[in-house]
Amino acid sequence: MAEAQPFTIEQWYNFLSEGKLMAVRCRNCGAKYLPPKPVCTNCYSRRLEWISLKPTGRLITYTIIHVAPERFQQFVPYAYGIVEFEDGLRLPGMIRDIDHGEIQIGMELELSFEPAVEDWPKWPRYYFRPVKH
Amino acid sequence: MRGKPLVAVVSAGISKFGRMDAYTGRDLFLEAVDETFNRCPNLDPKMDIDAVFVGMMSEAFEHQGHVAPMLSHSAGLLSAPAIRTEVACASSAAALRLGIFSILSGMYDVVLVGGVEKMTKRTTPEATEFLGMAADFPFEQWTGVTFPGLYALMAMAHMHKYGTSEEQMGLVAVKNHHNGALNPKAHLQREVTLDKVLSSRMIAYPLKLYDCSLISDGASCAIITRPDIARKFTDTPVYIIGSGHGSDALGLFERDDLTSLMATRRAAKEAYEMAGIEPKDVDVAEVHDCFTIAEIMAYEDLGFCKPGEGGRFIEDGTPMLDGELPVNTSGGLKAKGHPVGATGIAQIYEIFLQLTGQADKRQVDGCRIGLAHNVGGSGASCFVHILRGEM
Ligand SMILES: [Zn+2]
Repeated sequence: MAEAQPFTIEQWYNFLSEGKLMAVRCRNCGAKYLPPKPVCTNCYSRRLEWISLKPTGRLITYTIIHVAPERFQQFVPYAYGIVEFEDGLRLPGMIRDIDHGEIQIGMELELSFEPAVEDWPKWPRYYFRPVKH
Repeated sequence: MRGKPLVAVVSAGISKFGRMDAYTGRDLFLEAVDETFNRCPNLDPKMDIDAVFVGMMSEAFEHQGHVAPMLSHSAGLLSAPAIRTEVACASSAAALRLGIFSILSGMYDVVLVGGVEKMTKRTTPEATEFLGMAADFPFEQWTGVTFPGLYALMAMAHMHKYGTSEEQMGLVAVKNHHNGALNPKAHLQREVTLDKVLSSRMIAYPLKLYDCSLISDGASCAIITRPDIARKFTDTPVYIIGSGHGSDALGLFERDDLTSLMATRRAAKEAYEMAGIEPKDVDVAEVHDCFTIAEIMAYEDLGFCKPGEGGRFIEDGTPMLDGELPVNTSGGLKAKGHPVGATGIAQIYEIFLQLTGQADKRQVDGCRIGLAHNVGGSGASCFVHILRGEM
């Protein structure tokens, strides 16, 4: 079971590399965390567990970024938003594979990701795209 | 301690803000210090100053860490120990607050507070990246957000919830450029039309170039003292009667409400209660307009108007220079410029000028209570200071 894994951001990105969207739940008080953390900061219990989330959520706000730092220049202009999954857990990220004119607050998006980069911080990049029905 | 002076501001100064090609950060800081000393001939810099607190956001711009003693040394103040504060764009308001603590503790009598940032020698993508380091790394920076992007996410949420318009945001830029045109220290001293704002190039939809504050070089400085000894240094001290500070999650996505900054609401509550005043008592305010939407949210979070009514507040003309509550008479971060580490105390400088009747063409007649509102990053830090003049 996943419980043996540390409840950290590094481990969260490891799961993401395996195609899993995970969050942490406190077995003492029920609080849920995304980003994960190794101690529940609601009750300060360490009785935690990994739970998997359905990788689709609702777009709650977005923008189209035209001026970006060097490493994101290749994507400009790119859509970027905050997506809310179950239980109000959220992630920010790029929105790809969609016409910018079709993006709407409230629409459903799903999480996708690319393999981890070779250099620091050796994490995969994730992004959002329209749900394929 | 309601309304009781915490400290007195006996002098203040800022460098010229803008693209200051000939100046490094330490040179800019000395310019601000020099104006501060020139305004206060009764102060003996070598004898009177007990300590230095200085705000700076990023070592990256000048590849320079450990700046507090360096700035203190270059300003000729080695007799006073120096500490740097960092909470992103609110770094110098934090320096002021620590200065206030140090005087209230009884440890010091006279403290020099200031801030500096030297930004324009870097390219725009470089500056965007360095400023972006104040956003959450693992989820925001790593996935491609920028600071304009974060405020654009708030702007879209505000528009969606309240119907706030791009035109209303644009009016904030028009107002602040009007005020900046009257400020000889401002980075951009020219008016803009609403058409020009709305047709400027897109930075992060719906925020356009003229919705964004400027990447500037600049420094700021103020001398604060125990209230009971202020008259030793000046006949026209200004008193800080409220100081508030709020914190929030670093990641915007981890905050419940995307249309309001909890850190501002908390800082404002603390400062108003300490000062024993209400928002309607404020005569003049400098607020953190890093983006036009940020000023609209500030109207609401500071209690100048109700949540959601910030757009109408500017449309009605209330915060104009000749309005009921002039906001950002200096030109704000939008036109005066935003050398991030210098901004918090540059706001205090403007309020000091206003409350001592020295604001020249942008003077607000009969003002007695001033407010300064300085936000760090996308809102994980906020400081509110309330000042009272003797006029
Ligand atoms: Zn718990």
